Amino acid sequence: MFIKRLPAFEYHTPSSVEEALDLMEKHGNNGKYIAGGTDLLIAMKKREAVPDHLISLGGIESLKGITPDDKGVRIGALTTLAEIERSEIIGKQYLPLRDAVGVMASIQVRNLATIGGNLCSAVPSADSAPPLMALDASVKLEGPEGERTVPLETFFTGPKSSILKNREVLTEISIPKPHPVSSGCYLKLMRRHAMDLALVGVAACLKLDSERKVCKEARITLGAVAPTPIRVPEVEAELVNKEIDEAVAEEAAQIAGSECRPISDLRASLDYRCDAVTVLTKRAVIETLKRITG
Amino acid sequence: MKQDIVLKVNGTTYTVNVETHRTLVEVLRDTLGLTGTKKSCNEGECGACTVLMDGKPVASCLVLAVAAQGKEITTIEGLADGVKLHPVQEAFVKHAAIQCGFCTPGMVLTAKALLDKDPDPTTAEVRRAISGNLCRCTGYQQIVDAVMGAAATMKKSEPV
Repeated sequence: MFIKRLPAFEYHTPSSVEEALDLMEKHGNNGKYIAGGTDLLIAMKKREAVPDHLISLGGIESLKGITPDDKGVRIGALTTLAEIERSEIIGKQYLPLRDAVGVMASIQVRNLATIGGNLCSAVPSADSAPPLMALDASVKLEGPEGERTVPLETFFTGPKSSILKNREVLTEISIPKPHPVSSGCYLKLMRRHAMDLALVGVAACLKLDSERKVCKEARITLGAVAPTPIRVPEVEAELVNKEIDEAVAEEAAQIAGSECRPISDLRASLDYRCDAVTVLTKRAVIETLKRITG
Repeated sequence: MKQDIVLKVNGTTYTVNVETHRTLVEVLRDTLGLTGTKKSCNEGECGACTVLMDGKPVASCLVLAVAAQGKEITTIEGLADGVKLHPVQEAFVKHAAIQCGFCTPGMVLTAKALLDKDPDPTTAEVRRAISGNLCRCTGYQQIVDAVMGAAATMKKSEPV
């Protein structure tokens, strides 16, 4: 238990990304960006992070909101998980993401925590990562040297680490428009029904042919079972160009269980997590098919 | 570093001079003397420090007081109308949903926010809504009963 107060810092409230980058430039290694704060403030109370300057992104309006366009949808990095949970377009077209935000933390945290913050914290169990990777999302990173857009798949490099450079800000997540004959889902295993980290998370996105029979494209991603959220191409290959039934889903799920690389910790053992990946992968594939065929 | 900040709590505007690293729960309790909001785990897990910000429940231990400026903050002190309890508070008393009372302010505010958004929830929805508010006394059943009871009362008293 800890009842620690926060260490002292200077607080800055830029109103644009440029201003935020300038402030970070000025304060060098002693500065940190803060979004929702639900990870960073806890780390600071535990003295795992002791920045002298906090640069709040909360006042930058251009980083907020969910904007559909002809290519898909763009989600500002400062959009809260609760806003995504309430979003009609996410609830209709981007089901894996809707599934994920609904089972993250508690309403008290979802009203504060941001989607960009969840990705930048880069913990292996981050619930927003597997669904966004399965949906083929990209992230826009803005830094002193300009901006770059990368597939989320290439963003994570290890537990709590990503390709994000020191002064860069993740500003936007974009998800391509889903194919009309496609759907997806995200399943999360927890020790209780809410307010827990994922022991295992599995996201699936499938695209079928126009007859709604043969799988033309599959994206399967796993969370909490490797140093980063991972995509499992071996599982996807097992599904593509097949009419998926129980047996095919089971076969693919077995591969998922052997491809994951979880750790044993106090919440679950390695063997249990691998078995859970198999079970959840099969369920996720079957559930996705149900969502497509109605 | 101290700075003047303006907080709007329960309809009253306060200007206070606080250090920038104070959390909202600390300023509510220590500076404004609004000790109805409880501080327990201090890491956003228990829900005891729940307050409403623009009508939505947040963990006030994870909000910097400086960042709460410009928001309408409601604490448990702001719920009753004089001596007349809010229907959710009344239902908590009626259903014996309070034992030690430490989780109660957060629990009541979370329930109020739920009923404002969804006046007719199922018990499953109530349980999901209060999943971030831990109670170590009641076993939750009385609390769920109270929220369902409050929903019924509030629906009845609504003008048709």
